Amino acid sequence: MPEPILELQQVSVHFRRGRVLLRAVEDISFQLGLGDVLCLVGESGSGKTTLGKVVAGLLRPTVGVVRYRGQDVWRLDSGAFRRFRRAVQIVHQDPYASLNPIRTVVDTLVPPLLHHRIARNRSDAIERAARLLELVDLVPPEQFLPKYPHQLSGGQRQRVSIARALTVQPELIVADEATSMVDVSIRVSLLNTLRRLREELGVAFLFITHDLAMAKYFAWQGRIAVLYLGRVVELGPTPSVIGDPLHPYTQALLAALPEPDPDLTRRKSKLLLRSLDIPSLAHLPSGCPFHPRCLRFVSGLCDVERPSLRFVDAHRSVACHVVVQERAAGDLPPSSQEAATRRADERMPFERG
Amino acid sequence: MIDVQRPSCQPLLSVRDLVVQYQGASGAVQAVRGVSFDLASDESLALIGESGCGKTTLGLALLGLLPKAARIMGGQILYRTRDGRVVDVVRLSDAELRRFRWQECAMVFQGALNAFNPVLKIWDQVVDTARAHGFRDRTRIREQCERLLRLVQLDPTRVLDSYPHELSGGMRQRVMIALSLLLEPRLVIYDEPTTALDILTQRAIIEVLRSLRQELGFAMVFISHDLPLAAELADRVATMYAGRIVELADVRNLFYRPRHPYTRGLLLAVPPVSGPLTTVVSIPGSPPSLASLPAGCSFAPRCEFATDRCRREEPTLSTVAPGHWSACHHWSAVSLDRWMERLGGASHA
Repeated sequence: MPEPILELQQVSVHFRRGRVLLRAVEDISFQLGLGDVLCLVGESGSGKTTLGKVVAGLLRPTVGVVRYRGQDVWRLDSGAFRRFRRAVQIVHQDPYASLNPIRTVVDTLVPPLLHHRIARNRSDAIERAARLLELVDLVPPEQFLPKYPHQLSGGQRQRVSIARALTVQPELIVADEATSMVDVSIRVSLLNTLRRLREELGVAFLFITHDLAMAKYFAWQGRIAVLYLGRVVELGPTPSVIGDPLHPYTQALLAALPEPDPDLTRRKSKLLLRSLDIPSLAHLPSGCPFHPRCLRFVSGLCDVERPSLRFVDAHRSVACHVVVQERAAGDLPPSSQEAATRRADERMPFERG
Repeated sequence: MIDVQRPSCQPLLSVRDLVVQYQGASGAVQAVRGVSFDLASDESLALIGESGCGKTTLGLALLGLLPKAARIMGGQILYRTRDGRVVDVVRLSDAELRRFRWQECAMVFQGALNAFNPVLKIWDQVVDTARAHGFRDRTRIREQCERLLRLVQLDPTRVLDSYPHELSGGMRQRVMIALSLLLEPRLVIYDEPTTALDILTQRAIIEVLRSLRQELGFAMVFISHDLPLAAELADRVATMYAGRIVELADVRNLFYRPRHPYTRGLLLAVPPVSGPLTTVVSIPGSPPSLASLPAGCSFAPRCEFATDRCRREEPTLSTVAPGHWSACHHWSAVSLDRWMERLGGASHA
């Protein structure tokens, strides 16, 4: 197996708010190789942005190790740490906030090229900036170089943010809800640009989103990690997590999600939940944090013992006592039956004509 | 003028050729440019479109809630009141508007936190509202309020005794939805009712709205950029682009047989989550600025069907099938083949 670019080993991030300890991220491990795509999917408060910051080296984990090319990044000397920070770039959600409003596009892109000695001189830097704009589909680049952020649309601004991340030739891009503030009609072209960067430049992606449709589209060849209250509850290849979810939380999410198809979406079941209340990070439930809402809750097990993420086959892992036991006993888990019904349901509209 | 009326029903609301204009420092901008539609008293209509298409302005105009910088330049908003009179909301006096709002027509805004007074308990806000509308019988208000809160699956005693910050986002939104129905309005306008809520809360709100409508029977207008929400809750859908309704149809026709290139484009840009990976395409370019609309059809610069005629002559809504209108010169060439593609198990380009 090739050496991963980045590896998280049992990473936890705790914040202290007065006397309260918030466990924003708890015991998370994963690896990212060259050109890999990992989607972090979760709702607000699931810890996905915090985890993104840890990966980008902007936040030091309370517990655990972050390795860049095998080395603990928080023990690197300053030169090596800078190389790591250069290799991992972050694209934020809000292009209105992340670009300096009084800098033109050329003034945004040229300084990092000069600072990191990627360009020989200013005219070389401008030449490279123009090529970066072409790479993110802002063509012709001469038209965009002299513009200020306020002269650009939201989608164009986000493309400038991506071009800026690319100035330092990163190996991994952390895209934190990078498409969610952009209008629906242009979201996909932004995703396509990101996909092309992955295919052409081999950039790996940590794609953070609350939107499962975008996750599916962007990471079909990659993996999805579903986060709930700071923990990964399910991790696996995108088609299997979406087509055959194993964890009761993932199942509830997918069953609840409205779809852009009237017949399909109106056949969706009622909420697969015992409770609507999302526990607070400051008062996490005992045992499995999902147990107060879980339909498959087993008293005396789920509320006592915290499930860890376990492999159920070569590629998939789940943090659920019930599912892991079933898989071990060789039972047919209800998830696949449900998924099969769902797939059958989808065919209905066509059969009716 | 075309007749955008559903056969065999007297509409609760008839909007005709509505034009709303904002007066800005750099000149006047029309946010709503001649909108017409009808709404039956038991119907749910979704207005879908992207930011800046005029959908929120339209919603505010329906209630006479437009900000000072905006003016209605033309058209009518005809509303059939409880006693069978037809009033034009555009011409109502301030006093008449106050009565109209909440008793006849209520609106639930996006971001329910901002809609509450942070220093008053929910119950005190309820009493204030009811009193402002002339209801003083506290016992009756309390009964009605508790009934509505139970309908949205909340514990009335706990909620009424709470300050807004003590409730979660989803709970506040449900309280807002319940309170909008306090004075039994016959029309409720929801502006992005589930945006900013997480998926499971969204589902709960959708279920609440559906059951409330079954239970109480009122008309709804949804304003949203969210196609899946429209697919869930609307009987009919109107697509808005650059201040106009460009397509209006029954929900299944709009989603399965769109006849406007913009609706089709939106549908292709939003991939379904379940099922195999489908082709997802975005619409080239970006929405036009209302301050500088192109000549002819405002969608023409982004449209793959556009011809010289489209760049010259702005199309108006015309009937493409019974109950289905599209504002496109080339509507007959527009089709959506995604459903066939999903049948065959597609791959993406």
